[in-house]
Amino acid sequence: MTVTDQSSPQIDSHEAEVKVHLKIKRYNPEVDTRPHWQEYDIMLKPGDRVLDALHAVKWKFDGTLSFRRSCAHGVCGSDALVINGENKLACVNLIRNIGTDLTIEPIRGLPVIKDLIVDMEPFFAQYRSVLPYLIANDDPGYKERLQSQSDREKYDDTTKCILCACCTTSCPVYWANDEYVGPAAIVNAHRFIFDSRDQATTERLDILNQKSGVWRCRTSFNCTEACPRGISVTKAIEEVKRAILYDRV
Amino acid sequence: MVVRPMNDASQGSSSTPRRRSKQNFETWSWFFMRISGLVLFFLALIHFSLTHIFTDVTQTTVAFVAKRWSNPLWRVFDWLLLALGLLHGNNGLRFIMDDYIRTPRRRAFTKAAIYSLSFALFVLGTITIVTYKGTL
Repeated sequence: MTVTDQSSPQIDSHEAEVKVHLKIKRYNPEVDTRPHWQEYDIMLKPGDRVLDALHAVKWKFDGTLSFRRSCAHGVCGSDALVINGENKLACVNLIRNIGTDLTIEPIRGLPVIKDLIVDMEPFFAQYRSVLPYLIANDDPGYKERLQSQSDREKYDDTTKCILCACCTTSCPVYWANDEYVGPAAIVNAHRFIFDSRDQATTERLDILNQKSGVWRCRTSFNCTEACPRGISVTKAIEEVKRAILYDRV
Repeated sequence: MVVRPMNDASQGSSSTPRRRSKQNFETWSWFFMRISGLVLFFLALIHFSLTHIFTDVTQTTVAFVAKRWSNPLWRVFDWLLLALGLLHGNNGLRFIMDDYIRTPRRRAFTKAAIYSLSFALFVLGTITIVTYKGTL
Protein backbone atom coordinates (compact mmCIF):
# COMPACT_ATOMS: atom_id res chain seq x y z
CA MET A 1 0.00 0.00 0.00
CA THR A 2 1.31 3.43 -0.85
CA VAL A 3 1.05 5.98 1.90
CA THR A 4 0.84 9.52 0.66
CA ASP A 5 1.89 12.26 3.04
CA GLN A 6 -0.94 14.75 2.99
CA SER A 7 -0.14 16.42 6.28
CA SER A 8 0.88 19.69 4.61
CA PRO A 9 -1.99 21.01 2.49
CA GLN A 10 -0.38 23.62 0.29
CA ILE A 11 -2.70 26.13 -1.28
CA ASP A 12 0.10 27.72 -3.29
CA SER A 13 3.25 25.62 -3.58
CA HIS A 14 5.27 28.70 -4.61
CA GLU A 15 4.39 30.60 -1.46
CA ALA A 16 7.47 31.95 0.28
CA GLU A 17 8.24 30.54 3.70
CA VAL A 18 7.89 32.80 6.72
CA LYS A 19 9.57 32.71 10.10
CA VAL A 20 7.21 31.41 12.76
CA HIS A 21 7.96 31.97 16.43
CA LEU A 22 6.53 29.29 18.69
CA LYS A 23 6.19 29.48 22.45
CA ILE A 24 5.08 26.13 23.83
CA LYS A 25 4.19 25.22 27.40
CA ARG A 26 6.25 22.14 28.25
CA TYR A 27 5.89 19.76 31.16
CA ASN A 28 7.63 16.47 31.74
CA PRO A 29 6.30 14.91 34.96
CA GLU A 30 9.49 12.82 35.39
CA VAL A 31 11.78 15.87 35.47
CA ASP A 32 9.76 19.06 35.98
CA THR A 33 8.05 20.21 39.13
CA ARG A 34 6.02 22.77 37.20
CA PRO A 35 5.38 23.60 33.53
CA HIS A 36 7.76 25.96 31.72
CA TRP A 37 7.82 27.77 28.37
CA GLN A 38 10.11 26.78 25.54
CA GLU A 39 10.56 28.82 22.37
CA TYR A 40 11.33 27.75 18.80
CA ASP A 41 11.84 29.57 15.50
CA ILE A 42 10.89 27.63 12.39
CA MET A 43 10.23 28.32 8.71
CA LEU A 44 6.73 27.51 7.41
CA LYS A 45 4.48 28.50 4.54
CA PRO A 46 1.49 30.72 5.39
CA GLY A 47 -0.77 27.94 4.14
CA ASP A 48 0.62 25.48 6.71
CA ARG A 49 -1.41 24.63 9.77
CA VAL A 50 -0.55 25.06 13.44
CA LEU A 51 -0.28 21.27 13.54
CA ASP A 52 2.46 21.47 10.87
CA ALA A 53 4.34 23.85 13.15
CA LEU A 54 4.16 21.28 15.96
CA HIS A 55 5.24 18.54 13.55
CA ALA A 56 8.18 20.68 12.41
CA VAL A 57 9.32 21.16 16.01
CA LYS A 58 8.90 17.49 16.90
CA TRP A 59 10.46 16.07 13.72
CA LYS A 60 13.31 18.55 13.22
CA PHE A 61 14.18 20.14 16.57
CA ASP A 62 12.91 18.32 19.63
CA GLY A 63 11.56 14.77 19.45
CA THR A 64 10.47 14.89 23.09
CA LEU A 65 7.62 17.33 22.39
CA SER A 66 4.37 15.45 23.04
CA PHE A 67 0.97 16.29 21.62
CA ARG A 68 -2.11 14.36 20.45
CA ARG A 69 -3.30 14.23 16.90
CA SER A 70 -4.98 11.57 14.87
CA CYS A 71 -6.87 12.35 11.68
CA ALA A 72 -5.30 15.81 11.32
CA HIS A 73 -8.32 17.05 9.36
CA GLY A 74 -10.68 18.42 11.99
CA VAL A 75 -12.77 15.29 12.32
CA CYS A 76 -11.39 13.29 15.24
CA GLY A 77 -11.02 16.16 17.70
CA SER A 78 -7.70 14.99 19.19
CA ASP A 79 -5.64 18.15 18.84
CA ALA A 80 -7.62 20.75 20.77
CA LEU A 81 -5.11 23.24 22.21
CA VAL A 82 -5.04 26.73 23.60
CA ILE A 83 -3.59 28.64 20.65
CA ASN A 84 -2.87 32.31 21.36
CA GLY A 85 -5.27 32.19 24.29
CA GLU A 86 -8.19 30.61 22.46
CA ASN A 87 -9.30 26.98 22.28
CA LYS A 88 -8.79 25.76 18.72
CA LEU A 89 -7.96 22.62 16.77
CA ALA A 90 -4.33 22.75 15.62
CA CYS A 91 -5.20 20.92 12.39
CA VAL A 92 -7.74 23.36 10.93
CA ASN A 93 -6.09 26.70 11.69
CA LEU A 94 -3.57 28.08 9.20
CA ILE A 95 -0.51 30.19 10.03
CA ARG A 96 -1.95 32.73 7.58
CA ASN A 97 -5.00 33.24 9.81
CA ILE A 98 -3.45 32.80 13.26
CA GLY A 99 -0.23 34.78 12.70
CA THR A 100 3.47 34.01 12.94
CA ASP A 101 3.68 34.43 16.72
CA LEU A 102 2.17 31.34 18.30
CA THR A 103 1.66 30.64 21.98
CA ILE A 104 0.52 27.08 22.51
CA GLU A 105 -0.69 25.56 25.79
CA PRO A 106 -2.62 22.43 26.75
CA ILE A 107 -6.40 22.90 27.16
CA ARG A 108 -7.35 24.09 30.65
CA GLY A 109 -9.31 22.41 33.41
CA LEU A 110 -7.98 18.88 32.81
CA PRO A 111 -4.82 17.39 34.37
CA VAL A 112 -1.74 17.61 32.13
CA ILE A 113 -0.03 14.26 31.48
CA LYS A 114 2.90 15.58 29.45
CA ASP A 115 3.51 18.77 27.42
CA LEU A 116 0.30 19.38 25.43
CA ILE A 117 -1.40 16.08 26.35
CA VAL A 118 -4.12 16.21 28.99
CA ASP A 119 -5.99 13.42 30.76
CA MET A 120 -9.36 13.33 28.98
CA GLU A 121 -10.90 10.77 31.35
CA PRO A 122 -12.77 13.28 33.58
CA PHE A 123 -14.23 14.78 30.39
CA PHE A 124 -15.35 11.40 29.03
CA ALA A 125 -16.72 10.34 32.44
CA GLN A 126 -18.94 13.43 32.38
CA TYR A 127 -19.91 12.62 28.78
CA ARG A 128 -20.91 9.07 29.77
CA SER A 129 -22.92 10.35 32.75
CA VAL A 130 -25.64 11.85 30.48
CA LEU A 131 -26.42 8.51 28.74
CA PRO A 132 -25.21 9.64 25.29
CA TYR A 133 -26.87 6.84 23.28
CA LEU A 134 -30.32 6.08 21.94
CA ILE A 135 -32.54 4.41 24.52
CA ALA A 136 -35.72 2.88 23.11
CA ASN A 137 -37.25 -0.05 24.93
CA ASP A 138 -40.17 -0.78 22.65
CA ASP A 139 -39.88 -3.26 19.79
CA PRO A 140 -40.40 -1.48 16.46
CA GLY A 141 -40.88 -4.85 14.76
CA TYR A 142 -39.40 -5.24 11.31
CA LYS A 143 -39.52 -1.48 10.74
CA GLU A 144 -37.17 1.41 11.06
CA ARG A 145 -37.76 4.10 13.66
CA LEU A 146 -39.05 6.78 11.34
CA GLN A 147 -38.70 10.48 12.02
CA SER A 148 -40.01 13.57 10.26
CA GLN A 149 -37.61 16.12 8.82
CA SER A 150 -38.77 18.75 11.31
CA ASP A 151 -38.16 16.35 14.23
CA ARG A 152 -34.67 15.63 12.89
CA GLU A 153 -34.03 19.35 12.56
CA LYS A 154 -34.50 19.92 16.32
CA TYR A 155 -31.18 18.31 17.26
CA ASP A 156 -29.31 18.66 13.97
CA ASP A 157 -26.83 21.19 15.39
CA THR A 158 -25.82 18.99 18.32
CA THR A 159 -25.08 15.94 16.12
CA LYS A 160 -21.97 17.76 14.88
CA CYS A 161 -19.99 17.36 18.13
CA ILE A 162 -16.60 15.64 17.75
CA LEU A 163 -15.82 15.55 21.51
CA CYS A 164 -12.67 17.63 21.16
CA ALA A 165 -13.36 19.31 24.54
CA CYS A 166 -12.75 22.81 23.14
CA CYS A 167 -16.06 23.99 24.64
CA THR A 168 -15.80 22.33 28.06
CA THR A 169 -12.21 23.45 28.64
CA SER A 170 -13.02 27.04 27.63
CA CYS A 171 -15.74 27.27 30.29
CA PRO A 172 -14.71 29.38 33.32
CA VAL A 173 -17.10 27.44 35.53
CA TYR A 174 -15.46 24.16 34.47
CA TRP A 175 -11.98 25.52 35.22
CA ALA A 176 -13.02 26.21 38.80
CA ASN A 177 -15.51 23.43 39.44
CA ASP A 178 -14.74 19.96 38.11
CA GLU A 179 -18.14 18.68 39.27
CA TYR A 180 -19.89 20.61 36.47
CA VAL A 181 -20.76 18.19 33.62
CA GLY A 182 -19.63 20.82 31.13
CA PRO A 183 -20.96 22.07 27.79
CA ALA A 184 -19.91 19.02 25.72
CA ALA A 185 -21.86 16.59 27.93
CA ILE A 186 -24.94 18.84 27.74
CA VAL A 187 -24.63 19.13 23.94
CA ASN A 188 -24.54 15.34 23.68
CA ALA A 189 -27.49 15.00 26.05
CA HIS A 190 -29.36 17.57 23.92
CA ARG A 191 -28.74 15.39 20.86
CA PHE A 192 -30.86 12.61 22.45
CA ILE A 193 -33.25 14.66 24.61
CA PHE A 194 -34.67 16.28 21.47
CA ASP A 195 -34.62 13.06 19.41
CA SER A 196 -38.25 11.97 18.93
CA ARG A 197 -37.19 8.29 18.79
CA ASP A 198 -35.53 8.34 22.20
CA GLN A 199 -37.42 7.32 25.34
CA ALA A 200 -35.04 8.35 28.12
CA THR A 201 -35.62 12.09 27.98
CA THR A 202 -36.80 12.23 31.59
CA GLU A 203 -33.75 10.36 32.89
CA ARG A 204 -31.41 12.75 31.08
CA LEU A 205 -33.31 15.82 32.24
CA ASP A 206 -33.16 14.50 35.82
CA ILE A 207 -29.38 14.08 35.51
CA LEU A 208 -28.95 17.61 34.15
CA ASN A 209 -31.37 19.10 36.69
CA GLN A 210 -28.76 18.72 39.44
CA LYS A 211 -26.44 21.21 41.03
CA SER A 212 -23.67 19.92 38.73
CA GLY A 213 -25.91 20.04 35.65
CA VAL A 214 -27.19 22.80 33.37
CA TRP A 215 -27.76 25.30 36.21
CA ARG A 216 -24.03 25.82 36.64
CA CYS A 217 -23.96 27.44 33.19
CA ARG A 218 -23.70 31.21 33.48
CA THR A 219 -23.91 31.88 29.73
CA SER A 220 -20.44 33.31 29.27
CA PHE A 221 -20.60 32.07 25.64
CA ASN A 222 -16.93 30.91 25.69
CA CYS A 223 -18.11 27.46 24.54
CA THR A 224 -19.98 28.80 21.52
CA GLU A 225 -16.94 30.83 20.45
CA ALA A 226 -14.57 27.89 20.97
CA CYS A 227 -16.54 25.19 19.12
CA PRO A 228 -14.61 24.28 15.93
CA ARG A 229 -17.79 22.79 14.47
CA GLY A 230 -19.79 25.97 14.90
CA ILE A 231 -22.35 24.41 17.25
CA SER A 232 -24.48 26.98 19.11
CA VAL A 233 -23.50 25.40 22.43
CA THR A 234 -25.00 28.04 24.74
CA LYS A 235 -28.28 27.86 22.81
CA ALA A 236 -28.38 24.08 23.25
CA ILE A 237 -27.77 24.49 27.00
CA GLU A 238 -30.58 27.07 27.23
CA GLU A 239 -32.93 24.70 25.36
CA VAL A 240 -32.22 21.99 27.93
CA LYS A 241 -32.83 24.48 30.78
CA ARG A 242 -36.19 25.41 29.27
CA ALA A 243 -37.09 21.74 28.72
CA ILE A 244 -36.55 21.17 32.46
CA LEU A 245 -38.36 24.35 33.53
CA TYR A 246 -41.40 23.87 31.30
CA ASP A 247 -41.32 20.07 31.58
CA ARG A 248 -41.61 19.98 27.83
CA VAL A 249 -39.29 18.95 25.01
CA MET B 1 -27.82 2.81 17.99
CA VAL B 2 -28.17 0.99 21.28
CA VAL B 3 -31.44 -0.79 21.93
CA ARG B 4 -31.85 -2.29 25.36
CA PRO B 5 -32.79 -5.96 25.20
CA MET B 6 -36.32 -6.65 26.35
CA ASN B 7 -35.71 -9.13 29.15
CA ASP B 8 -38.79 -8.05 31.07
CA ALA B 9 -42.18 -8.62 29.47
CA SER B 10 -43.68 -5.62 31.26
CA GLN B 11 -41.31 -3.29 29.42
CA GLY B 12 -42.63 -4.30 26.05
CA SER B 13 -45.48 -1.82 25.85
CA SER B 14 -44.71 1.50 24.17
CA SER B 15 -47.75 3.04 25.87
CA THR B 16 -46.01 3.08 29.28
CA PRO B 17 -46.60 6.62 30.59
CA ARG B 18 -43.39 8.62 30.84
CA ARG B 19 -42.52 9.68 34.37
CA ARG B 20 -42.63 13.46 34.57
CA SER B 21 -39.41 15.28 35.18
CA LYS B 22 -39.44 17.06 38.53
CA GLN B 23 -38.35 20.63 38.96
CA ASN B 24 -36.26 21.06 42.09
CA PHE B 25 -34.69 23.86 44.14
CA GLU B 26 -31.99 24.44 41.50
CA THR B 27 -34.63 24.85 38.75
CA TRP B 28 -36.54 27.49 40.69
CA SER B 29 -33.38 29.17 41.89
CA TRP B 30 -32.40 29.71 38.22
CA PHE B 31 -35.90 30.91 37.37
CA PHE B 32 -35.88 33.28 40.37
CA MET B 33 -32.58 34.78 39.17
CA ARG B 34 -34.11 35.51 35.76
CA ILE B 35 -37.27 37.13 37.13
CA SER B 36 -35.66 39.00 40.05
CA GLY B 37 -32.89 40.24 37.74
CA LEU B 38 -35.50 41.73 35.44
CA VAL B 39 -37.49 43.31 38.28
CA LEU B 40 -34.31 44.62 39.96
CA PHE B 41 -33.24 46.27 36.72
CA PHE B 42 -36.30 48.54 36.82
CA LEU B 43 -36.33 48.98 40.62
CA ALA B 44 -32.67 50.02 40.70
CA LEU B 45 -33.06 52.29 37.67
CA ILE B 46 -36.05 54.10 39.21
CA HIS B 47 -34.28 54.34 42.59
CA PHE B 48 -31.12 55.71 40.99
CA SER B 49 -32.92 58.29 38.83
CA LEU B 50 -35.01 59.52 41.82
CA THR B 51 -32.09 59.92 44.20
CA HIS B 52 -29.39 61.05 41.77
CA ILE B 53 -30.94 62.54 38.62
CA PHE B 54 -34.38 64.03 39.39
CA THR B 55 -33.18 65.07 42.84
CA ASP B 56 -29.65 66.29 43.19
CA VAL B 57 -27.71 63.95 45.43
CA THR B 58 -26.97 66.85 47.84
CA GLN B 59 -30.73 67.25 48.30
CA THR B 60 -31.26 63.55 49.10
CA THR B 61 -31.66 64.24 52.81
CA VAL B 62 -33.67 62.90 55.75
CA ALA B 63 -36.43 65.33 54.76
CA PHE B 64 -36.44 63.93 51.23
CA VAL B 65 -36.72 60.36 52.55
CA ALA B 66 -39.44 61.37 55.05
CA LYS B 67 -41.49 62.99 52.31
CA ARG B 68 -41.13 59.98 50.02
CA TRP B 69 -41.86 57.43 52.74
CA SER B 70 -45.05 59.25 53.79
CA ASN B 71 -46.51 57.21 50.94
CA PRO B 72 -46.47 53.55 52.05
CA LEU B 73 -46.12 52.41 48.42
CA TRP B 74 -42.60 53.89 48.32
CA ARG B 75 -41.81 51.92 51.48
CA VAL B 76 -42.95 48.74 49.70
CA PHE B 77 -40.85 49.76 46.67
CA ASP B 78 -37.72 50.24 48.79
CA TRP B 79 -38.35 47.05 50.78
CA LEU B 80 -38.67 45.10 47.49
CA LEU B 81 -35.38 46.59 46.31
CA LEU B 82 -33.76 45.54 49.59
CA ALA B 83 -35.23 42.02 49.69
CA LEU B 84 -34.76 41.15 46.01
CA GLY B 85 -31.29 42.70 45.93
CA LEU B 86 -30.16 40.62 48.90
CA LEU B 87 -31.80 37.40 47.70
CA HIS B 88 -30.53 37.80 44.12
CA GLY B 89 -27.05 38.73 45.33
CA ASN B 90 -26.90 35.88 47.82
CA ASN B 91 -28.02 33.31 45.29
CA GLY B 92 -25.34 34.56 42.90
CA LEU B 93 -22.76 34.36 45.69
CA ARG B 94 -23.95 30.83 46.51
CA PHE B 95 -23.05 29.77 42.95
CA ILE B 96 -19.67 31.51 43.10
CA MET B 97 -18.88 29.98 46.50
CA ASP B 98 -19.84 26.49 45.26
CA ASP B 99 -17.55 26.93 42.26
CA TYR B 100 -14.50 28.55 43.79
CA ILE B 101 -14.32 27.35 47.41
CA ARG B 102 -13.37 23.74 47.03
CA THR B 103 -12.84 22.56 50.62
CA PRO B 104 -16.20 21.70 52.27
CA ARG B 105 -15.20 23.21 55.61
CA ARG B 106 -14.09 26.56 54.22
CA ARG B 107 -17.16 26.63 51.99
CA ALA B 108 -19.53 26.04 54.92
CA PHE B 109 -17.77 28.74 56.95
CA THR B 110 -17.87 31.32 54.12
CA LYS B 111 -21.52 30.55 53.35
CA ALA B 112 -22.47 30.89 57.03
CA ALA B 113 -20.68 34.26 57.25
CA ILE B 114 -22.21 35.64 54.02
CA TYR B 115 -25.74 34.44 54.80
CA SER B 116 -25.59 35.77 58.39
CA LEU B 117 -24.37 39.17 57.24
CA SER B 118 -27.08 39.34 54.56
CA PHE B 119 -29.75 38.32 57.06
CA ALA B 120 -28.56 41.02 59.48
CA LEU B 121 -28.71 43.61 56.68
CA PHE B 122 -32.19 42.43 55.75
CA VAL B 123 -33.47 42.70 59.34
CA LEU B 124 -31.84 46.11 59.84
CA GLY B 125 -33.25 47.42 56.55
CA THR B 126 -36.73 46.03 57.23
CA ILE B 127 -36.83 47.56 60.73
CA THR B 128 -35.74 50.92 59.29
CA ILE B 129 -38.38 50.88 56.55
CA VAL B 130 -41.21 49.74 58.83
CA THR B 131 -40.47 51.90 61.89
CA TYR B 132 -39.22 55.10 60.21
CA LYS B 133 -41.10 58.10 61.64
CA GLY B 134 -39.62 60.92 59.57
CA THR B 135 -37.13 62.21 62.10
CA LEU B 136 -33.65 61.22 63.10
